[in-house]
Amino acid sequence: MSFVADPVTFIIDWLQRVLGGWGLSSGWVQFILFALGAILLTVGPMLLTVGLIWVERKLGGRFQDRLGPNRVGPWGVFQTIADMLKIFTKEYITPIGADKVLYNLAPILAVGAVLGVWAVIPLSSTIFGTNINVGVLYIMAVGAIGELGVILAGLGSNNKYALLGGFRAVAQLISYEVPMVLALLVPVMLSGSMGLNDIAGAQKVAYVFLVPAAALVFFIAAIAENGRAPFDLMEADSEIVAGFNIEYSGLKFGMFYVADFLHAFTSALVFSTIFLGGWQGPGAEQYPILGFIYLMIKTVIVYVFLLGVRFTLPRFRIDQMMAVNWKLLTPLAMAAILVTAIVDKLTPGGFGLVRIVALLVSNVGLLLITNWLVGAYVRAHRARRQVVSGPRTVVVAPPKPVSEAQEVNA
Amino acid sequence: MTLMQVIFLANALVTIFAALMMVTSRKLIHAALWLVLCLFGVAAVFGMLEASFITIVQIIVYIGAIAILILFAVMLTQNAVDDSYKGNRRWLMTGLVALLALGGTLLALFTWPKVASLSTALTTAQLDIGLIGQALVDPQGYVIPFEVSSLLLIAALIGAIYVGMERKGEEK
Amino acid sequence: MLHEWFYLVIFLSIAFLLPAAAILIAGLLSPRKTGKIKTSTYECGIETVGSSKIQFKAQYYLFGLIFLIFDVETVLLFPFAVAYQKILLFGVIEAVLFVLILAAGLAYAWRKGALDWH
Repeated sequence: MSFVADPVTFIIDWLQRVLGGWGLSSGWVQFILFALGAILLTVGPMLLTVGLIWVERKLGGRFQDRLGPNRVGPWGVFQTIADMLKIFTKEYITPIGADKVLYNLAPILAVGAVLGVWAVIPLSSTIFGTNINVGVLYIMAVGAIGELGVILAGLGSNNKYALLGGFRAVAQLISYEVPMVLALLVPVMLSGSMGLNDIAGAQKVAYVFLVPAAALVFFIAAIAENGRAPFDLMEADSEIVAGFNIEYSGLKFGMFYVADFLHAFTSALVFSTIFLGGWQGPGAEQYPILGFIYLMIKTVIVYVFLLGVRFTLPRFRIDQMMAVNWKLLTPLAMAAILVTAIVDKLTPGGFGLVRIVALLVSNVGLLLITNWLVGAYVRAHRARRQVVSGPRTVVVAPPKPVSEAQEVNA
Repeated sequence: MTLMQVIFLANALVTIFAALMMVTSRKLIHAALWLVLCLFGVAAVFGMLEASFITIVQIIVYIGAIAILILFAVMLTQNAVDDSYKGNRRWLMTGLVALLALGGTLLALFTWPKVASLSTALTTAQLDIGLIGQALVDPQGYVIPFEVSSLLLIAALIGAIYVGMERKGEEK
Repeated sequence: MLHEWFYLVIFLSIAFLLPAAAILIAGLLSPRKTGKIKTSTYECGIETVGSSKIQFKAQYYLFGLIFLIFDVETVLLFPFAVAYQKILLFGVIEAVLFVLILAAGLAYAWRKGALDWH
């Protein structure tokens, strides 16, 4: 196990030997190693966010046919650092009557929830925080804590608009959690375990090719959970004046901002792990460091795709959002579960061609049927909408006699 | 005192303190938050028993759904309810009755031989969540309660919609 | 298995302490000049009108209830999903029945208009 092939395990072993040599008991050695690993996995993403914000702004600019930040440093790379410095030194303006506990707890919960996901993601076959056997549900649980942070922000701000924004945001978040969890049932079914390391390891063929319906539902629900366009009603500046985080300033607002951007990358990371095979790739078993590189490449591709979706699609209205969730995504997710469950039991196990083709065909068929159904629904709705007025030709009325015009005006 | 005992005692203290603060807190929203902390403590107890599935279900369902519903309810009804805490003048009597009820229940439980003796710890093979799944669909297992629970859920859904929806022509 | 959960406890503590520490440090660095107008609540630049509580809207609560029902359904399905590879088609049919009953509930909610946002 050389240093190049598997640096993290090498370092862990070396540290264990060094600390054991200093006379510490094995329990304390474990504790120190855990703490070090945890610090790395929390500080790392926070520093990563600095780069992510720059990538997002630059790419967003290019998507929208403009340059993006390009003044501060070459290609504007130091723009985020300048922004961070500014946010660090802004004053915290706490509104009168704001509940101190709720108001201050909310940004901490929001960021902590996103960071918590990084604990269970297998960064390679040997690098992971922890391999609890309920990894998939754990991701949902920390998502729930994040939602708690949002509602606390709305409640604690003593502001009508923050409250309304908070309620709408939480309604959106809890609604989209349902198809997300339903779609996550499918990879668990296929791999037989809820642990993320097991799911990543069981994907000889990436699950996105086996169950594209579930992958699509999870992708859309993850975008909505994050609060990005086209589901960004939570922070739409033109709608409800920045929603639940109106009354936040300084680094507290910065924390919400960081949570938003980091959540996008984390969603891409989770999607890559569960549906794209995570660290799988040629040679990833012998050289775990390659697994990490494969995972990062896949995540970056998914993240750029997320950005593309964000900067291309217009925003949904709140009733359209709810309709999409409860009337399209949830039934689709349930149907995906049913179809996958039955088809997978009827075909022989393993990764033989029959199983792959059967699953793929059934899922794509499901998506096509859904597409046709949605089209029929939309057409039926359009027929039922009343036409206010038909097209009229422009006719200039002949001038009326003066007495009649006065009567009409009276 | 082993490490597990220390952790358990600390967790128990936090949970009881949170429960105490919940019933004596002056503002409803703070009470809801103390409830959340108390539920975390219960989840930690499940975690210490190595029942990982129940731990995570506790967090998802209780904290992720029920606590949020409670916060919704607290906030949506605060307009109608006066938030000033007038106090409960009969708290001593109520507390004594509750204590007696709890004591009686515990006494009845601990004289039951199955509860009084400690059960054996589960082996690692028995901690597999797949065993729960297999038991849930096993005809000799729990499949009937499984299906009945789905009927229960749909009954709850229908009831909630019936009560919650404004019917046309009736007052709100 | 316990040490895996112990790692999570350590990780989550650090994950929650880190932003708290950052906010505290920024609080020390930032100026602190409170004024009456600055701390009044924001309402698009005009003075606040009326109390800051909102009208009761049963819709939010109803969505929360529907979410709760489906949340419980999904977590009940997870053990089945973990055991999926080891059970026979008969067991799968039972779980399919479970999902279909709840899909019927969703259809009922749809028909009643509980899923529409007014």
